[in-house]
Amino acid sequence: MDTILNKYSTVKESDVKVWFKTAEVNKFAKNGGVCVKYKDLQIAVFNFERRNKWYACQNLSPEKKENVLSRGMIGDDKGIPKVACPLHKKTFSLETGENLNGDLAPIATYPVKIEGNFVYIGFSE
Amino acid sequence: MKSILVIGNGMVGYKFCEKFVAKKTSENFKITVFGEEPRPAYDRVHLSEFFENGDAKALEMAPRSWYEENNIELITNERVTDIHRASKTITTINEKTFSYDYLVLATGSSAFVPSIKGVEKEGVFVYRTIEDLEGMMAYADQLKKTNPEAKAAVLGGGLLGLEAAKAVMDMGLEPHVVEFASKLMPRQLDTRGSSVLKNKLESMGIHIHLSKATNKILGENAITGMEFGEYDKINVDMLVVSAGIRPRDELGKTCGLEMGTRGGIVVNKKMQTSDPEIFAIGEVALYNNMIYGLVAPGYEMADVAVDQILGTSETLMTEDIDMSTKLKLIGVDVASFGEPFMPVEKGYSIIFENKTKDLYKRINVSHDGKKLLGGILIGDASDYNMFHQIYLNGLPIPEDAEELILGARGEGGSSFGSAMDIPDAAQVCSCESVTKGAICSSITEGGCNSLADVISKTKVTTGCGGCKPMVVDLVNETLKSLGKEVKETICEHFAYTRQELFGIIKVKQLKTFDEAIDTCGKGDGCEICKPLVASIFASLYNDTANKEEVIQDSNDKFLANIQRNGTYSVVPRIPGGEITPDKLIVIGQVGKKYNLYTKITGGQRIDLFGAQLNDLPAIWKELIDAGFESGHAYGKSLRTVKSCVGSSWCRYGMDDSVGFAIELENRYKGLRSPHKFKGGVSACIRECAEARGKDFGIIAVEGGWNLYVGGNGGATPRHAQLLAEQIDNETVIKYLDRFFMYYIRTAAPLMRTSTWLDKLEGGIEQLKKIVIDDSLNIVKELETEMQSLVDAYQCEWKQAIENDDMVSRFQHFVNSEATDDNIVFVPMREQKQPAAWN
Repeated sequence: MDTILNKYSTVKESDVKVWFKTAEVNKFAKNGGVCVKYKDLQIAVFNFERRNKWYACQNLSPEKKENVLSRGMIGDDKGIPKVACPLHKKTFSLETGENLNGDLAPIATYPVKIEGNFVYIGFSE
Repeated sequence: MKSILVIGNGMVGYKFCEKFVAKKTSENFKITVFGEEPRPAYDRVHLSEFFENGDAKALEMAPRSWYEENNIELITNERVTDIHRASKTITTINEKTFSYDYLVLATGSSAFVPSIKGVEKEGVFVYRTIEDLEGMMAYADQLKKTNPEAKAAVLGGGLLGLEAAKAVMDMGLEPHVVEFASKLMPRQLDTRGSSVLKNKLESMGIHIHLSKATNKILGENAITGMEFGEYDKINVDMLVVSAGIRPRDELGKTCGLEMGTRGGIVVNKKMQTSDPEIFAIGEVALYNNMIYGLVAPGYEMADVAVDQILGTSETLMTEDIDMSTKLKLIGVDVASFGEPFMPVEKGYSIIFENKTKDLYKRINVSHDGKKLLGGILIGDASDYNMFHQIYLNGLPIPEDAEELILGARGEGGSSFGSAMDIPDAAQVCSCESVTKGAICSSITEGGCNSLADVISKTKVTTGCGGCKPMVVDLVNETLKSLGKEVKETICEHFAYTRQELFGIIKVKQLKTFDEAIDTCGKGDGCEICKPLVASIFASLYNDTANKEEVIQDSNDKFLANIQRNGTYSVVPRIPGGEITPDKLIVIGQVGKKYNLYTKITGGQRIDLFGAQLNDLPAIWKELIDAGFESGHAYGKSLRTVKSCVGSSWCRYGMDDSVGFAIELENRYKGLRSPHKFKGGVSACIRECAEARGKDFGIIAVEGGWNLYVGGNGGATPRHAQLLAEQIDNETVIKYLDRFFMYYIRTAAPLMRTSTWLDKLEGGIEQLKKIVIDDSLNIVKELETEMQSLVDAYQCEWKQAIENDDMVSRFQHFVNSEATDDNIVFVPMREQKQPAAWN
């Protein structure tokens, strides 16, 4: 089962080799999340409108290995933007992927950019 | 640079490292740790949690990177085989050699396996490491495939044995506990206490066999049973041996250290063995001729050894080691402190026992009645922390000592002082050695402002966690004494209670989350305040969950209940449980078409499980076309109004319970509230609808209906209390409207009506005054508010499938029509279930 988890690792903006074009901006719920398919990866993308920021991370919950994080609720923990997993409300920083209310392994995060009304996610391969 | 080798990377070995590197003078030492297990040290005390989450990392004391950061070399999977005292070196199984200035033996213990004939058979396990657990889980899975009713025995009815029994029960095997002594937990409990515990455990499905000496394990290759006497045996398919521990002292033996006659490496008060440069700590150390199998003394030994090696202090091991312990065994509180058994020459005992509630309390008091010497608590150990402190610090006790246990009965009140009365030097957390003074001064002088701050600063509660209730009291009291408000606020974003926020939103007519947080909150919100604000909007304006779906709890967002594997369940409303054959056929057809697992719920309706997110709109379209509506099974809202068949068929029925249940369910359907709520209507006092176990229950009597409110099932079952007698249908609805609206306005988040009624000052009598006598002069307002909510009802699933934008949120991917390919089902009893979590 760990092999699914291993598919995801954080990509820094400087390491991006592929900017993957996903969908139009208006397909992304304001202050909510949706899931994007890239090859065999599932990426949760959040349009954090209150902060005028976009975030992307793995859709896979590291706790139960289910593809559900895009369905979680976003918010902040003392200023850190976060997502809460809908299964057991484990929360993760959208900036660093760190588990904010437990000791789970961090989740992978990916850079997002908006160009010409389209949302792009950065991958290293 | 001096070299310290630590042999053993268990909890105590780890604690030695942690305490060592925390000291300033530790820089001149290099620590190397050897562990024979593949992983870094983990929390063995909470081993059974590995079943619940399967997450070995969560149990780790510290990640591997911690050792690197602190310049400690951690060598796992490497057993140390010899100590050469003359050359001050050790060798490992891979024939590597290391030299030392100081050697710390923290090799711990292994499970003691008695020499019973056949104990080597397949299916016999010990309960000690994560690997043991993995082996047990794999074997249990195999067993269940061929025999769903497989049984497992645990040999040993002590602390660890009962933990192991919970583990095998969680694996889905029928648990049996076999104990040699005539009582459970023989070291901690007296005979009466043990028998209360036994009754409780048996009622939970654990079979207990006492006074059994096992003389043979039966079976050819694999275990099939255990034989006690010639005609006395039980059939079991697996056995977990948990009959005690044996110190892992072989290294000490082979290098000629002084040993105890029954094992263990002898240490003095400095934790030194007979070789002053070799220390032994934890379960391998024999101190005062005893092996201490608890974490707290092990941690204290680590502390002593650190100070002795650094030579900075004269720290010595305590003479009398406190063996008090409190734990939750399979959901049952068990605590034992000080001297649990009382020799007559030292004092007398006061015993309270309630067999119907499985409660047992015993305290032992000195002859002069001034000192608490020890005791046992079973079923309710909420007073343990206070008793333990009184015992440890020799605090005064009430003149009438029985008040200690009798006065504390009932609603959690205590007859003795607050946690603030104990002396500053009193040790509150024995795992981490944190005193009351340290906790309080972390707030008064250390700048801590909350429980979380105190925990991260002092590490209090991070060991066994037993001290948490007392720490919460101390933190709250200290904050209060500084004039800092301790209010039950919603979260960091809203500094109000739910009731206050409800009032603000209503007065200011706030309509969106952004308006609410910008007007009276701060930050961006979170998973606590967003659904709460959504629920307040729904209660004020009867918005469906489709409005601002991003602030709805995730079940509300998708109008369905998320299940174990990320699929959803579908529950159409079946008011009062009445359904036509045609509609039943539709449910059957939908279940078949979308391959759903179907089950009748406790609320007289049908749940269809395993629907993929993207199938939900199509499933609901078919149901709605056939005349169904959302059942709101996913919402904090009305679930069902259960009914018995009533006077239309039943020869005892006194009124039309089904008709009334349907009317009420249709009236309150879709209504959002602080928590879910349920109703029931019975047509006579035989109460077949179990209405008094609901938030509201209505029972037909001569001359009308009796109306009960504030009941529930769940973890704390409560019977609803009588609000009004012999009233007609119209009056029932009037009172219910008022009751609900008042509850919705004033309850805390996620508070059921029973708890709310408990907390309402004056209880049911006060509620009668408000609802019936209109003492607050608000009933007209409440009725109007309710009527406007009822009038605004619409089926939110119908609303969702008729709007393309809303339908699009049920697509798994935004950029593909594909579905989640990670979802795996396995067959189960002619249907299916999600594959197990790994």
